[in-house]
This record gives sequence, structure tokens and C-alpha cells, in this order.
Amino acid sequence: MTTLQSAIRGIRPLTGRGGERRPGPVVFLVLLWLSLVVAFGVLATLIVTIVLEGMPQFTTRLFTEYPASSPDEAGARPAILGSIWVIATTAVMTVPLGIAAAVHLEEFADQRNWFNRLIELNVQNLAAVPSIVYGLLALAFLSMLGVRDKSIVIGGALALSLLILPVVIIATREALRAVPAEIRQASLALGATPLQTTWRQTLPAAVPGIATGTILALSRALGEAAPLLVLGALVFVSFDPNGLLSGYTTLPIQIFGWTGRPQAGFHELAAATSVLLLVVLLAMNAVAILIRNRFQKRW
Amino acid sequence: MTIRPETPIVHVQARKRREIEDVPPQPVLSCEGVDVSYGDFRAVRGVDLDFGVNEITALIGPSGCGKSTLLRSLNRMNDLIEGARVDGKVLFHQQDLYARDVDPIEVRRRIGMVFQKPNPFPKSIYDNVAYGPRVTGMRVSSMDDLVEEALTRAALWDEVKDKLRDSAFGLSGGQQQRLCIARTIAVKPDVILMDEPCSALDPIATSRIEDLMQSLRDDYTIVIVTHNMQQAARVADRTAFLTAQVDEHGQRFGALVEFGRTSQIFERPEDERTSDYISGKFG
Repeated sequence: MTTLQSAIRGIRPLTGRGGERRPGPVVFLVLLWLSLVVAFGVLATLIVTIVLEGMPQFTTRLFTEYPASSPDEAGARPAILGSIWVIATTAVMTVPLGIAAAVHLEEFADQRNWFNRLIELNVQNLAAVPSIVYGLLALAFLSMLGVRDKSIVIGGALALSLLILPVVIIATREALRAVPAEIRQASLALGATPLQTTWRQTLPAAVPGIATGTILALSRALGEAAPLLVLGALVFVSFDPNGLLSGYTTLPIQIFGWTGRPQAGFHELAAATSVLLLVVLLAMNAVAILIRNRFQKRW
Repeated sequence: MTIRPETPIVHVQARKRREIEDVPPQPVLSCEGVDVSYGDFRAVRGVDLDFGVNEITALIGPSGCGKSTLLRSLNRMNDLIEGARVDGKVLFHQQDLYARDVDPIEVRRRIGMVFQKPNPFPKSIYDNVAYGPRVTGMRVSSMDDLVEEALTRAALWDEVKDKLRDSAFGLSGGQQQRLCIARTIAVKPDVILMDEPCSALDPIATSRIEDLMQSLRDDYTIVIVTHNMQQAARVADRTAFLTAQVDEHGQRFGALVEFGRTSQIFERPEDERTSDYISGKFG
């Protein structure tokens, strides 16, 4: 009757398609939840399994000892130090080069020039090249230079630098692009040169974005094994790496090496080392997110 | 509780109308047959204008008439837009700004610019003002004095003297725009170009900027682009009216219609288009 009364008064009731719990939307919602559960479930299972398996071996020995023939005496000390050496060298090589390339492309290169557009396209393509290809590239490059022993810190860092350079360039360009044009114009209108404008205004304003992108790129490099394996990185290192020309192993390669051993104890060691690698990676990503949130600029 | 005498919220100066000569005196900047193009598109055509020393000249006209484009060609900010080109002559103290040996960096130092949206640097108030003198390598005996002088000149000193090291982003929109003016006058230019400097501000902040322009006129030559005809009538000594036209190929372009004393343009316009625009028939 109420509907009829409303109809008489010319007012249509406000009930409609969205007001009821119909089966269609409910099924859709359940499917969305399910995909979320699958995605998170796999990750959680992975982490829990690794943590449970690696826990017995996650001791100070992991940090202090060298690999050994018995899993109860072995540690990942050279791999930890090797990872630090390789990633630090990679950072030193990549950061200045990547930022300089991005600054040129974004601030100085004539975007209408076909050659610059080609470079831009190629940088994007390079970011999608499989990492093992960069290992081969570094291998070829070192051979050309006549380096006989290619399993040295600088060689690994070269391969990883090639790998993450496009990522750093793209991240830096995006950070530069996020700096409002008004800031550049204001600087130039005061009689600053384009170089001064870049150096004193645009680049400092882009630092948080650049730092975030660089840290994420380095954390990717930290987890890579393939390009280093192509270069013949050692799986059994019983000394501390001590320079750019020193032999080395890294955490992913140590994990790879131990996984291949028949004894269960080595598998536990591999799991413990994976936990360590995961913690470091998550910490790096957390720092990147922190920097991004902390220094986000409101223009 | 003591009762304080009421103070007016807005302090409006009694402006004394200056005697304005028939033609711009000792033009600091002159346009002779200026065309501004973007690629093949000639956006502004055939502009002849003189900007007299210590005068405020307003460029008014409907959207798309090229007044901002013209303004940006006066200190070579148009160079920053890819494909932009200026033909004709823009003379600054009788030197062509677009001559081969002219350095656009030096041009911009001598001819400052204030933008539509306040655009302070993400730095402290002090560093915003000191930036120009630092990058241009100005020899200053005391940077502190220079900063104080510029902020005082821009009628901002009293409001910020206790927080010079605070971020410029903490200031209100009107204060930010006065900071941008202080920043511009810190490098001691001859001319200040203003591109709709009040369009992002409320009426009170606008009135303060207009007062400021009146006091700056004694030392600087000012060119202001404005959408607001009342503003042009209030502040400008001379007004140029530009409008959009269509050529024989159907291309729209901006051209100068009428240029004269503000009182003449607003009270006795000679061109019908000017009177139509001023009386609000279009635009």
C-alpha cells in the first residue's frame, strides 16, 4: 500500500538494485577475498616453512663461521661480507651514473629529438631484460678486457650495476618529473643557470624519490644469483673478501650452494640464510617506504 | 580589560594620482613588431609597445589573446618552451634581447618575474630571498642586510622577521606571493614582470599586493598581466588591450588593439572592441 500511496503522490520508492544482498555481488566479493587469501597464503606458507626449517641453524655461528664440510660447523660469514662488498660496489658504480643519465634525459635532452626518444625507449626495454643476460654481458666485457678470473667483487658488481642501472634511471626520472615546473621557472627567472637550477633546486627536491628508487633497485640486486653464477661466483669460500679484486660469494649463491648438498643439515642452513636474506630485503624496503613517507613534499 | 580603538582590517592607502605623460617616458622595454610563435603557430603578431620607466603597464584582454605569451617573451622565459620563437625586436635599454650575443640568464636577472601561483622554493624564508643573490654571484657586504631590505621592501619583514629560518611553505598564500616579490627584488632587477600575481589570492591579500606595487613603482618598471579589469584600473598607469583575432587561414592569434593611459582606455576607448571588452560584452 505504501508503494501505491507513493505512486499516487508521484514519488517513486528509493529501493533499488544496490540495496539488497543479491547473490551476484556476494559471489564477486567472495572471489576477491579468495584471490587475496591465495596470494597471501602462499607467501605466509613460504615464510613460515623457511623460518621453521631454518630456526635450528639460525645462530651466531651463521654470522661468524665459514662454510665447512659438516653442517654443524658451517656458517655464512663470507657470504654476508661478500654481499656487502658487492652491493656497496654496485651502489657506488650505479648511483652517480644512473642519476647523471636521468638528469640528462629529463632536464637537458631535447625530448623531440629522435635519438633521445630512442634512448628513452631502450632504457625502458633494458629494465625488462632477464638478469642472466646481464651476467653474460659482464662476462663478455671482462673477457674483452682480458680479465682471467672473473669471479671477483668488481665483476659481480659490474653485472649487478648493468642490471639495476635502467631501474635507477627510471626511478630518478620519475622523481625529477614530480618536481613542479614552477620551481624550475622560479629559479631560472631569478637569473640562475639551468645547471644551478638542477643542482640547487630540482635535484635536492627529488632526493627522497631517488633514494627510494635506488634502495629498491639495490634490494633487487642483493637477491640476484643468476648473473653472478654466470660469472662463476664461488659457492665455497673459506676466506673474507678483502677488496675489489677478491674472490667472493653472496647470500643467494651460498643458499644455492647449500641447497644442492645432500645432507639435511645444509638444507636447514640454506633456510636460515634465506631468513637472513629476507629480513635484510624487508628492512631495505621498509627504509625505502619510510623515506618516501617522511619526505613526501606537499607542493 | 582595556578597550582598544578599532583598527581597520585593511589599510587602504590614499593613492595620489600621478601625472601621466602622453607617451611612455624613457622606455625601459620596447616591443617593435613582435611575433611569438610555437612551431608553425604564430600565437602573437605584430605587437608594438613601450614600457615607460617607473610606470606600471597592464596587459589586459580575453583568454587566448596572448598577453601571458607576450609577457614571457619580455625576459626570454619563452626560451624554456620547446619550439617557441620570437621575431621582431624586444629592446631593453636599446639592446635587442634576442640578439645573438645576448645571454638569457643575464636577461632574466635584469628583468625579474612573479608568477600566477605563489611558487616559493622548498627552503627557509631566508634562503628563498638569498637564493637569487647567491646564484647570480652578486657581491653583497651583508646577506642579512640584503634579505631584510628585500623583505621590508616587499612589506613582509614585520610578519616574518622572527621566523626567517622556517619553511616558506608555512606562510599564507598572500605572504608567499610577497615572498616571491621579495625574492625577485633581492637580485635588483630593472623591470618586474607579473603574470596574474593575484589570481590565486583572496581580496585582502590582493589589496596588499596592489599597495605594494604602488610603492615599488618608484624604483622599478612593472608590467602586469591581469584578468581583472578593476585591478588594471586601480594599479596601472598605462593599459594595453590585446584580443584574439582570426586570420585568413582560420588561425587564432593575439594582437594589440589599443594602448594608452589607463584613464583613457577605461573612460574613452577609441576602439570598439576595447569598449565592448571593458563594458563586459565579451571576454
